[in-house]
Amino acid sequence: RWKNWWVRGILTLAMITFFFIIIYLGPMVLMTIVMCVQIKCFHEIITIGYNVYHSYDLPWFRTLSWYFLLCVNYFFYGETVTDYFFTLVQREEPLRILSKYHRFISFALYLTGFCMFVLSLVKKHYRLQFYMFGWTHVTLLIVVTQSHLIIHNLFEGMIWFIVPISCVICNDIMAYMFGFFFGRTPLIKLSPKKTWEGFIGGFFATVLFGLLLSYVMSGYRCFTCPVEFNNDTNSFTVDCEPSELFQLQEYNIPLVLQSVVGWKTVRMYPFQIHSIALSTFASLIGPFGGFFASGFKRAFKIKDFANTIPGHGGIMDRFDCQYLMATFVNVYIASFIRGPNPSKLIQQFLTLRPDQQLHIFNTLKAHLVDKGML
Amino acid sequence: EVDLEERLAELDLRSDSDVPDVPPPTDSTPEILKRALSGLSARWKNWWIRGILTLAMISVFFLIIYLGSFMLMLLVLSIQVKCYHEIITIGYRVYHSYDLPWFRSLSWYFLLCVNYFFYGETVADYFATFVQRREQLQFLIRYHRFISFALYLTGFCMFVLSLVKKHYRLQFYMFAWTHVTLLITVTQSHLVIQNLFEGMIWFLVPISSVICNDITAYVFGFFFGRTPLIKLSPKKTWEGFIGGFFSTVVFGFIFSYFLAQHQYFVCPVEYNSETNRFMTECEPSELFQMKKYSVPPLFQAVLGWETVNMYPFQMHSIALSTFASLIGPFGGFFASGFKRAFKIKDFADTIPGHGGIMDRFDCQYLMATFVHVYITSFIRGPNPSKLLKQLLILQPEQQLSVYKTLKSHLVEKGILQPSLRG
Repeated sequence: RWKNWWVRGILTLAMITFFFIIIYLGPMVLMTIVMCVQIKCFHEIITIGYNVYHSYDLPWFRTLSWYFLLCVNYFFYGETVTDYFFTLVQREEPLRILSKYHRFISFALYLTGFCMFVLSLVKKHYRLQFYMFGWTHVTLLIVVTQSHLIIHNLFEGMIWFIVPISCVICNDIMAYMFGFFFGRTPLIKLSPKKTWEGFIGGFFATVLFGLLLSYVMSGYRCFTCPVEFNNDTNSFTVDCEPSELFQLQEYNIPLVLQSVVGWKTVRMYPFQIHSIALSTFASLIGPFGGFFASGFKRAFKIKDFANTIPGHGGIMDRFDCQYLMATFVNVYIASFIRGPNPSKLIQQFLTLRPDQQLHIFNTLKAHLVDKGML
Repeated sequence: EVDLEERLAELDLRSDSDVPDVPPPTDSTPEILKRALSGLSARWKNWWIRGILTLAMISVFFLIIYLGSFMLMLLVLSIQVKCYHEIITIGYRVYHSYDLPWFRSLSWYFLLCVNYFFYGETVADYFATFVQRREQLQFLIRYHRFISFALYLTGFCMFVLSLVKKHYRLQFYMFAWTHVTLLITVTQSHLVIQNLFEGMIWFLVPISSVICNDITAYVFGFFFGRTPLIKLSPKKTWEGFIGGFFSTVVFGFIFSYFLAQHQYFVCPVEYNSETNRFMTECEPSELFQMKKYSVPPLFQAVLGWETVNMYPFQMHSIALSTFASLIGPFGGFFASGFKRAFKIKDFADTIPGHGGIMDRFDCQYLMATFVHVYITSFIRGPNPSKLLKQLLILQPEQQLSVYKTLKSHLVEKGILQPSLRG
């Protein structure tokens, strides 16, 4: 029992150290790591499907699964790359053509895979092949879209990548500790080890942790600035005027807390308020991703997704609570933080026809006049 | 009490031949048809029923086109809901999962969520002026993604809470089944609607090409069919496939010629906020203006003309018909494989003689996505209304700077005359 504890503990520290090193190395390495994690997760889930259905002998299936992974990644990376590397893409002729007809090329690639699947249907194994087809697509939906949303969040600013992931990890650890020391009432039948005490204790601890971590990180430009690709140096730069989210402001403490804390005002970054929303999601809804994975493991009678990490299981076991977090952060940013990117809009505008451009210009003008800005 | 888990485990590992058959669907032919055809033999009766229903469906199609874009949207939505229902019902029948807690409600709830998300993204763009005037709608539009995500999450959490010890695997199967079905039916139907808004011709020509290919491949196969095409569908033949291909290309070509002349079909559908109706009125784009093309010397000898007057759109129709004839059938093979995998003859028995709605639309799956990708890649650039909507969300200072950039660009290009006031 203690050996298991020590193995888990050492591996946890190793992973956290690794995490810090990657952050230090910069956005490009982070992107590569996210991609590797995605491929490994995909591989783990597909392997489970194979083990359950004994489908290694199905014609072409392994090849087709990896082919679909490649297609979907090509599609997503193409969309992301076109947005962020716009000037680079415009300069190089082959890239420009690839980017202009990107959707068509991706669709053609996917269709090839689809037709190969149809041609590979074998009389005795129809049902199995359809199952595996469905399995592959659902896995792609979960794994690949999440990883691309993570990369989008990363480009918004490394803080939007680090804080959510850390909150989920913190909640995992805190809920476990609170459960270990105070745990009594079981939370859900799916995961008998989880307790209400752990859940609530983890929630408060994570919110606090999020506040502190955001405070520390908001001070550094390398975390708060959007990642941009500099055409002249051909590398990623994180250098900018910090947005108002990351500038200290005075807040009045509500009367309720004033007696507790003893201060009348406090200096905080507005981002810390957002971090409360992120931590709350990580603690309250994030665990549902974990329950989903637990249910999945019970449904297919497996203990862990794989044996990649000693003491912890597979990569998916570590990332199961992160599923929903990445999507939430992305939706949160798109809804509450930033609007559309003005330079991107101008780029799109320039590709329209003249009559469409004129129509939009006139509508915008009327709107601005309406608002009194013109 | 049967242990579902055990039965399921057995189902999974046996080969297809051990799966119990689903009871054959009941005969849903209306009484009046039965009486009218009572004198004929079974084979001819079947033919007549199919024929009459085909004509009925085509007439309904024409009627809806006449009634306009809004009715077409409703039709597409109803078909989507019915297809979804048919596929989910098959899942239920195969897995006997009506007794699973909450599953029916959850499936319909997810359908609602995904539709809400898509309608908010696409249709709201077209109603931009309508939306600007109403405060509550503005709120819904601004936080649309967040609201959709919250709705979806609620469904997801309900699913996790509904997991029951004995039925884990089954519940996960149905969850995945629901999601794959949503992916297929709902996304396709929304792409169809987006194509429709581009101009009714982009809706009519692809769908007609697929139907034409179906019919002509069948006819050619009936008269000349000899070499089987694919083991999945033993009735298909190479002669039918190739004959259908050429006929569909010719049909598409001629059909586009007729449609391209009318503004009603060619113009993008727009919502007029003053009359509160959909309008299709515009200056036809250059795609729909006659041009002189030189006939390649090869054909000159055959046809005897040196130049021909055509619409550029007819060239595009060749691409669309080619896709409908060569790749569209793969959608049909996919559906055939699916039916064989789950040992069903038809998706449902909604339409007498034809089967379910899915049976009619199986070849259309890929067509809608292809047309959409084709339009965005080769025909038009980004969607102006979406761009406008995003511009209006920007902060006022950003809007002002964008306005200045646009103005200088337009003046530079000579599209806008520089005004004295600036």
